[in-house]
Formats: sequence, structure tokens, C-alpha cells
Amino acid sequence: MPTAPRDTARAAIWRASVGIGVYAGAFGLTFGAVAVASGLSRGQAQALSAVLFSGASQFALAGVVGAGGSAWAALGPVLLLALRNGFYGVTLAPVLDSHGARRLLTAHLVIDETTAMATAQTTRPEQRLAFWSTGVVLFACWNAGTFVGALVGSAVDTDVLGLDAAGPAVFLALVWPALRRSVRARWVALAGAAIALTLVPVAPGGIPVLAAATAAVVGGLLPQQQEAA
Amino acid sequence: MNLWVPVLVACVGSYVIKLAGLSLPESVLADRRVQRVTTLLPVAMLAALVAVQLVESGDGPGPYALDWRVLAGVAAGAVALVLRRGFLVVFVVAVAVTALLRLLVPGA
Repeated sequence: MPTAPRDTARAAIWRASVGIGVYAGAFGLTFGAVAVASGLSRGQAQALSAVLFSGASQFALAGVVGAGGSAWAALGPVLLLALRNGFYGVTLAPVLDSHGARRLLTAHLVIDETTAMATAQTTRPEQRLAFWSTGVVLFACWNAGTFVGALVGSAVDTDVLGLDAAGPAVFLALVWPALRRSVRARWVALAGAAIALTLVPVAPGGIPVLAAATAAVVGGLLPQQQEAA
Repeated sequence: MNLWVPVLVACVGSYVIKLAGLSLPESVLADRRVQRVTTLLPVAMLAALVAVQLVESGDGPGPYALDWRVLAGVAAGAVALVLRRGFLVVFVVAVAVTALLRLLVPGA
């Protein structure tokens, strides 16, 4: 790295990464339990966490299979939910600037949490550290959680533990720094949420969140003086 | 039916999408307007994700099935955010409040 992150910033990034790791472990445990309860094997649950590595898509697949649908039918929502990561890749490409074999590894870690953590930092070295520390810690905890969850299966009711609140709470925490920084981001967040909620009754899974991207497009292309509008 | 094939197709598809996003030509990414939009993309989609997860948290009929105990938990997490707490605190507060409310007020 050309310039090292400041020590305090580095410590804060690692602290945040560990916090996300704890959440990922608990959430991974939920996924492992839900996956085996849905009829996926332990190996399949683990493969999804290790290779697909995108929580929302994994839950969608388990959900469709658990509801008696074929896993092929789940591919639509699974990949629609994964498209979000493609957009994140566009956001992260100039930040990470990775090429060749390194890009192949980088791509695997492009998810909600790593994107939000990276974009919350202000300097390039800190953005990169945030991406990698979050990605590595989250990958390890998510997979360890999945392993335990698939092992204990339905012996533990994760809803009783309140773990279904973890997802929205942590995603809110991830988007928070951007909301604090800019008025425009607040409007874009509100518009994105409104678009998604409007589409929930009529569009298949994945589409509502994807359609929210139009809020970012409009918000990004509006001239600066419209900020307060 | 062998679930492995669709599971692996989903894995490969997801990876290709991630890689494709990272692989856009730099000339596209250098555009100021593209940069402004891509900065806002995670904001719009994460906010949408929070909203969708909340209205899908309950078991009720219809497209909007909000579990008010999850909403209360997430709201408590939001208070922690306003108080500038980290991820861990937000996570613990949201989960604990939801679990506590489920204990006190069972049923849908």
C-alpha cells in the first residue's frame, strides 16, 4: 500500500469488522439451520455459504426449496438478488483497482457489507483495508456459523432468539455513515426504500431491491443545486 | 432430485455477476456522473433491502407481513446508531429487543 491507514482508523476498521463478524456468525447459524430444515444437505448449505457467498440469495434458494419448489425455480430470485453485487462491483472497481488473478479473488468478496464498509471510509488505503478486513472476517464467521447451524438444524429456533432482526438492523448500520454524510443520500435512501416497498406486492423477489437502483441513478444525475429539493 | 446441480449453477452465476461488475472498463468508471451514481447505488439498495426485509419479517397473509417486534428491535438498533454505537451494539440491541418482545408477547 502506498500510504498506510492511520492507526486509529485502522483500529476502528478492525473493530467494525469484528462486529460485523459476530453478526455474520449468528446470521450464518440461522442460514445453516434454515437450509437443512428446507431440505438442503449440510454439504449443500456449506457450499452455498463458501461459494455463492451472498446471504440474501442463499436464503432465497433455501426458501423456495423449503416451500416445495424446485431449486431451478429458485435460480431466478437467487440471481436477481445477486445482481446487486454486480452494481457494487462497479462502485468498488476504482477503489480496489485489482487486476488479473487478484481480481478473481476480490470478486468473491463483493457483497453488501464489504461495499458499505469500504465506501464509508475516506481514504483509498482505508477503503481497501475495510474491504479486505470485512470480507475475510465475514467469510470466516459466515461459514463457521453455517457449519454449526446446519449441524444443530431445527434444534435451535433462531426466531425466538430475535435473529431475524439482525439483517435489517445491520444493513441499516451499514448505510448509516452515508446517510449522516449527505442530504442527497438520505433522499436517495428514502426513494429507494419507497420504490422497493411499492414493488413488493407485484414483482418477483429481488426485483424490488434492484429497482431501487433507479433512485441512485436519478439522485446521481440531478444537478447539485437540487440538493435541498 | 439432485439439488447439487442448481446449487452449483447458482454459485457460478452469483460469482460471474460479481466479477462482471468489477470488470467494467475504466473509461466508463472515470465519468463523473457514473461516479456519483455508483456512490449512491449501495445507499439506495441497502435502504431498499432494509425496507423489504422488514415487511417480510412476519408470517401474516398478503404481500406486507410486518412483525412489529422485529420493527421495534430494528428501531432500537437505530437509536443505538443515533447514539453513535458500533455494529456489535446495534446488532445485540436489535436482536435482544426482538427476542425480549417475543418472550413477553408471544404469537403473531
